Amino acid sequence: MAADSSVDLHRPGVLTSHAFLSLPPTADIISTVEFNHTGELLATGDKGGRVVIFQREPESKNAPHSQGEYDVYSTFQSHEPEFDYLKSLEIEEKINKIKWLPQQNAAHSLLSTNDKTIKLWKITERDKRPEGYNLKDEEGKLKDLSTVTSLQVPVLKPMDLMVEVSPRRVFANGHTYHINSISVNSDCETYMSADDLRINLWHLAITDRSFNIVDIKPANMEDLTEVITASEFHPHHCNLFVYSSSKGSLRLCDMRAAALCDKHSKLFEEPEDPSNRSFFSEIISSVSDVKFSHSGRYMLTRDYLTVKVWDLNMEARPIETYQVHDYLRSKLCSLYENDCIFDKFECAWNGSDSVIMTGAYNNFFRMFDRNTKRDVTLEASRESSKPRAVLKPRRVCVGGKRRRDDISVDSLDFTKKILHTAWHPAENIIAIAATNNLYIFQDKVNSEMH
Amino acid sequence: MFARGLKRKSTEDAEDGDGGVAGVPAAPSYTLQRQSLLDMSLVKLQLCHMLVEPNLCRSVLIANTVRQIQEEMTQDGTWRVVAPQAAGRAPLDRLVSTEILCRSGREQEGEGDGPLPDPAPGQAPRRPQSSPWGLDGSREGRGGFQKSLDHIFETLENKTPGSVEELFSDVDSSYYDLDAVLTGMVGGAPSGPGLPAFAPAAAAPPSSTCRSDLGELEHAVEILVET
Repeated sequence: MAADSSVDLHRPGVLTSHAFLSLPPTADIISTVEFNHTGELLATGDKGGRVVIFQREPESKNAPHSQGEYDVYSTFQSHEPEFDYLKSLEIEEKINKIKWLPQQNAAHSLLSTNDKTIKLWKITERDKRPEGYNLKDEEGKLKDLSTVTSLQVPVLKPMDLMVEVSPRRVFANGHTYHINSISVNSDCETYMSADDLRINLWHLAITDRSFNIVDIKPANMEDLTEVITASEFHPHHCNLFVYSSSKGSLRLCDMRAAALCDKHSKLFEEPEDPSNRSFFSEIISSVSDVKFSHSGRYMLTRDYLTVKVWDLNMEARPIETYQVHDYLRSKLCSLYENDCIFDKFECAWNGSDSVIMTGAYNNFFRMFDRNTKRDVTLEASRESSKPRAVLKPRRVCVGGKRRRDDISVDSLDFTKKILHTAWHPAENIIAIAATNNLYIFQDKVNSEMH
Repeated sequence: MFARGLKRKSTEDAEDGDGGVAGVPAAPSYTLQRQSLLDMSLVKLQLCHMLVEPNLCRSVLIANTVRQIQEEMTQDGTWRVVAPQAAGRAPLDRLVSTEILCRSGREQEGEGDGPLPDPAPGQAPRRPQSSPWGLDGSREGRGGFQKSLDHIFETLENKTPGSVEELFSDVDSSYYDLDAVLTGMVGGAPSGPGLPAFAPAAAAPPSSTCRSDLGELEHAVEILVET
């Protein structure tokens, strides 16, 4: 591919800070980030059950070189905390995932989910209002009929833009265990939701029924050794979906084969490396995220230390493996002790499937160019995010020569983790969630995908 | 601050006695590390959040780690019953974990994959829904599980000579079953009238009264869940 495609990692530091959107201090930890299909809208969900949608301002004709920035478009409370009385357990309102529906009319729609309930929200704009009613006055009060002497036709007059959000569907009671993913099918009629042990297929218009398509719950729960960690529909083939497991395997299933897709069509698993075997091998092999490439030809997976690219035509092993933070391999015991080893990082493709991105600790995030095999580590921090500031690549040193701005492994802040990242579907714009701050970075020089 | 990650050693290496890899100075340290990992894992499994459901994925991964350690310890031959008298001299926290686990290891070897033998009256057969991640009616399972954990922590704090006897005297024998500990089966039976053969000692801990209350509640929930 051409060297000037997508993010140019030959010249690190070209990424500039586009916007540092600091949500109000009372805001909760961001738990999910998702661009819509055009990239015009960016939705975030947080631990408090709120959804905040940002919209990209159209480019200004006066300054054609300055691309549109993202501003808050709408905020709403998607989920509230609930109490399950039968089990005496709280159901958290934290938004686990948001997925946009493809836009079919003037309104935008998205699915948001917490551990148990999925909701379909419709977002509409109102920028006109009718004036000149015959029976009501301007405040809406009924007129005294004796004062009405002539008829008028109400006209639509412009008003300040109002964004209205309404819940259109609530898909409840479909899951016993915690929902970890939702995925809209390319048929735009159905979607699936996956919890630790089951995957359900829903029709977007039907809330009182769902089909169970995967069930890995053993007859005897004591025999449970593996759970579902993530799942996604194929971007083009509406009958195919993939789900990942805590043992590091991926299963590609075809819904045409059977009603219950317990038997996979393909099983993707990498044989264990005997030289790296430890008591933590299984935990670090657990896949925390799986994403199909835009082309539909590849899958991207994230486990604790690596990101891997899989070819759908090859089940034996991934075609590419990238080390995210291999320097943690010798620290696994401590990371197990402080529970960091269970952190679930997400991963993302760029629009042309040539660069992959994932988060790490210390507010670092990593990008890997699949063609040049170059990688870069960047930091999402307030200092590096002053408007128009150019991001500087970071380096973690593991002993040996230490450069001036290097961070040593022992001084990494493990409480600052970047679990959620998203890449604009067409341009080099990325959204990074760092605890309760949202960062948006843009590559101004190479803003178009090639 | 950061301990070295543990690596499995094959039995070959152990026999070779390679200096620094499996030589005498290295072996105890590996065993100690492995033991501390086992203890840590059990504590993690047992620290359930009472209000919010525990993360099933995390629990499964930790339980698998415990099983791996258990398997390796069985192969190494370090998985053995320690006589109570000798155990009395060992540090109490080590005693709690290895003694309980060693006891259950024995039972497991005997029964294989078959159903549990019924050593005490009133002990119910295994019911899948009582495991901590069997959320159907898990409340009673978790409650019983919590009781066994409370007992572990109680004993840990109570470092008097008599505590060793307490540990063995007034707890249901199913308490020692490793799977029971892991899956919260302890007290899963509606204990009701049939309290186990280990009659409560003179210093009857509050846990046994709680256990029978739990049994009634469990029975009620069972009816609710099955309708």
